[in-house]
Amino acid sequence: MIAETGLAALWLAAALCALQLLFGIAVLRGNSDELSSAVRPVAVVQGLLTGISFLMLIWLFLRTDLSVELVALNSHSAKPWLYKFAGTWGNHEGSMLLWVAILAVAGGLVALFERRLNERTLIATLAAQAAIGLGFYAFLLFASNPFARLSPAAAEGQGLNPLLQDPGLAFHPPTLYLGYVGMSVAFSFAVGALVTRDVGAAFARAMRPWVLGSWIFLTLGITAGSYWAYYELGWGGWWFWDPVENASLMPWLAATALLHSVTVLATRDSLRAWTVMLAVVAFSMSMVGTFLVRSGILTSVHAFAVDPQRGTFILALLVLYIGGALALYGLRVGTVREGSQFEPVSREGALVANNLLFTAILGVVLIGTLYPLIVEAVTGEQLSVGPPYFNSTAGPLALLLVVVMAAGPLMRWRKDDWKKVVNRISLPILIASLVLAILMLAVSPIGILPTLGLTLAAGVGAASLAPLWGRKLRRTPLFTWGMVIAHLGVSVCMAGMAFESSFSEEVLVASRPGETHQVGPYTITFLGTEPVAGPNWTAIEARLSVNGDPEDLLRPQSRMFSSPPTETNEAAIRTAWNGQLYTVIGNGDGSGRWQLRLWWKPFVTWIWLGGVMIAFGGLLSLVGRVRRERRTAQREAYA
Amino acid sequence: MKAKHQRLTLAILAVIAVIGAGFLALYGLRDNAALFRTPSEIAAAPVPVGQAFRLGGMVADGSIEHLPDGVTIRFLVEDETASLPVLYSGITPDLFQENSGVVAEGALNAGGIFVAETILAKHDENYMPPELAERNLGGEASQ
Repeated sequence: MIAETGLAALWLAAALCALQLLFGIAVLRGNSDELSSAVRPVAVVQGLLTGISFLMLIWLFLRTDLSVELVALNSHSAKPWLYKFAGTWGNHEGSMLLWVAILAVAGGLVALFERRLNERTLIATLAAQAAIGLGFYAFLLFASNPFARLSPAAAEGQGLNPLLQDPGLAFHPPTLYLGYVGMSVAFSFAVGALVTRDVGAAFARAMRPWVLGSWIFLTLGITAGSYWAYYELGWGGWWFWDPVENASLMPWLAATALLHSVTVLATRDSLRAWTVMLAVVAFSMSMVGTFLVRSGILTSVHAFAVDPQRGTFILALLVLYIGGALALYGLRVGTVREGSQFEPVSREGALVANNLLFTAILGVVLIGTLYPLIVEAVTGEQLSVGPPYFNSTAGPLALLLVVVMAAGPLMRWRKDDWKKVVNRISLPILIASLVLAILMLAVSPIGILPTLGLTLAAGVGAASLAPLWGRKLRRTPLFTWGMVIAHLGVSVCMAGMAFESSFSEEVLVASRPGETHQVGPYTITFLGTEPVAGPNWTAIEARLSVNGDPEDLLRPQSRMFSSPPTETNEAAIRTAWNGQLYTVIGNGDGSGRWQLRLWWKPFVTWIWLGGVMIAFGGLLSLVGRVRRERRTAQREAYA
Repeated sequence: MKAKHQRLTLAILAVIAVIGAGFLALYGLRDNAALFRTPSEIAAAPVPVGQAFRLGGMVADGSIEHLPDGVTIRFLVEDETASLPVLYSGITPDLFQENSGVVAEGALNAGGIFVAETILAKHDENYMPPELAERNLGGEASQ
C-alpha cells in the first residue's frame, strides 16, 4: 500500500501541476480574474503531495520492501540504516523523485511566503514553475516510475554500489539538487517578470534570496563532493575535472555571476536585461548538469542506469526549456527598459567585469566538457579532455577574476576614480608583492599558476578584509560581513589549492613489516596487515605507526564488498593544523611486501575550509538581506 | 554615456567575452585533448613520443610482470591484431587483471613503451570504461 500511496500522490501532484499552469495562463490572459486566488493554494498542495510521495519512497527503502523493483535492485536488507535511507536517492528513479519533490516544495514556499512582488508577476512565476514541473512529472511517471512493483518479490536486494556506501551520500546529492532546483525558481521569477514586463528592482529583491539560497547549497554540494571524492577514491586528488564535477561547477559559475548582478539590479536598478539573461543561463546550466549526470551519457559512479530512452527524454526536456526560455527572452528583451547609468570605473563596472569573466570561464568549461561528446557524435573519434586543458584555460581567467574581486568591493557605486581605488588597495598590493618576492627568492621554483595563486591569495585575503577598515564593526550590516567572509574564503581556498599542488610529497613503496618511510614531517612504520570485517564487507587492513609511536596507528583498508562484489580502497587520513597525511594500501606481492602510497599534503584542508567559508558568507548575506527586507516591509506598513 | 549606448556597450562586451572564451577553448583543445587509441591503431599510425593519449585494450594473458622495486608493473595491452608494452608505477585499480579490459592514460617513451600515469579499470562487475564497451574489448567483463 505504501508504494501505491506514493504513486497516487505523485499522479495527483502532476494533475495539480497541470492545473497550476492552466490557471496561471488563464489569469495572465485576463479573462478569469476569479482564478487568481486559486493559484497559490494549488501550488502549496502540489508541494505537499510530492513531499508525501517522496516520504513514501524513503519508507519503502527503510523497510527494504523487496516487492518494489527499485528497492530490490538498489538496496539490501543487511545494509546499515543510514545507507538504506540515503540509498533512496542513490539510484536514478529515486534521485529524479527527489529533484521533483524539491521543485514542487520550492514552488509551494514561493506561493506561501512571497508577498511583496506584484501579484500578476507572482502568478506568472508559479505558472513557469509548473511548466518546468510538468516535464519532470512526465519523465518520472512514464519513463522512471520509482514505485513499480516486482512480482514475485525478490528474495534479497542487489545492494548499493559500495563507493556510495558512505555518509557523504546522505548529504552531497540533496544539497546539489537544492542548488539546481533553486536555480529553477530564480529562472521562474525571471520568466514571470519577462511575461508581465516587470523587470526591475522589486523583481530582483524577490529573486535574490532564491539565488543566494541555491548558490549556498551549490557551494556546499561541490565542496562536499570534492572532499568525498578525495577520501573515498583513494587517489589523493580533490578535483579531477571529470565531466560530472563540471556538471556541478557550471551552474555554480553561472549562479555566482547571477548573484552579483542581481545585487546590482536590486540596489542600483542597473543591468536589467543582463540579469534576466544570467538567470536563464544559470537554469540552463542546471538542466545541462542534470542531463549530463542523469542521462547515462557519461559512465561514472553518478550514472546509475544507461537507458537511451531516458537520455532522449531528458535531452528533449533540456532543449524545450532552454529553447523556450531563450525564445521568450528574445521576444521580450526589447520591452525591458534601460536601468540607471554608471561610469566604467565604479562598483557596477567591477561587477560587470566579474560577470564577463565568470561567463568566459563558464564558456571554457562548457566547451571542454561537451567537446568530447560532440566530437564522438559527429566523427566517432573518442577523446578526452582533462586537467591540462582546464588548468591552462580556466586557471588564468580565475586569477584575473580574483584581482577584480579584490578591488571591486572597495569601489564606489556609479562613479569612482582609478587613483583612489589603487590607493585603497595599496596595502594588499604591498602584501602580495612581499609574498611574491619570498616565493621567487627563498623557495625553489613551483610553477607559474601556484606562484601567482599564493601571491594573489595573500593580496586578496588582505583586500577582502579592507571593506571593514575604519568601520564600526558592530554596526556593519550582516550582508557586508557575508561578503567579506565569502571573499576571504576564496583566498583561503585558493591558498589551499596552491599549497597542495606545489608542496605535496608522495611516497610509493613496496614495504615489508618493520620498514619505515619518511613523508613530509612524518615517519611512518609499517607494522603489518591483518584481516578485518564489517557488516557487509571484509578487508585487509594495514597498521601504520606514526612517528614511531606503536599506539598511534593509521589503518588504511582494502575492502571487499559482497553485494555487489566490489573492492574499494579506504584511505586512512591524519589531519593536522598544517595539512593532512593520507595513506593507502595496495596489493601484496605474495612474498610479504605490500604496496603503500603515502602523501603529505600541506594545507589541503584549506580548500574545503574555504568552500565552507564561502557558503557561510552567503548564509550571513541571506539572513542580512531577509532581515532588512522585513524591516522595510514593516516600515512601509506603518507609514 | 547615453542609455542606448551603455546597453550596446555591455552587449558588445558580452559577445567579446563569449567569443574570446571560444577561441581560448579551441586553442587549449588543440594542445590538450587526449585521443583514445587501441594497439592496432598505434601500429597503423604511431602517436609521437611524449604526446598524451588514452590506450585501451585487454591485458594480455600471462603478461603482468612485477619489477623488483615492488611498485612498478609491466604488462601487454592487446587487441585482435596488435599489442603494446605498458609500464605503470602505482597501486593498480581493484579489478585490474589479466584477460580483462583496461584504459591507461599516459604517453609513449623513446623506447616505444607506453608509460601510464593512471590506469582505469572497472569500478565493479557492471562498470567498464565506455570506450571499451563500445569496441567490445571488455572480454568477460563486458557482461
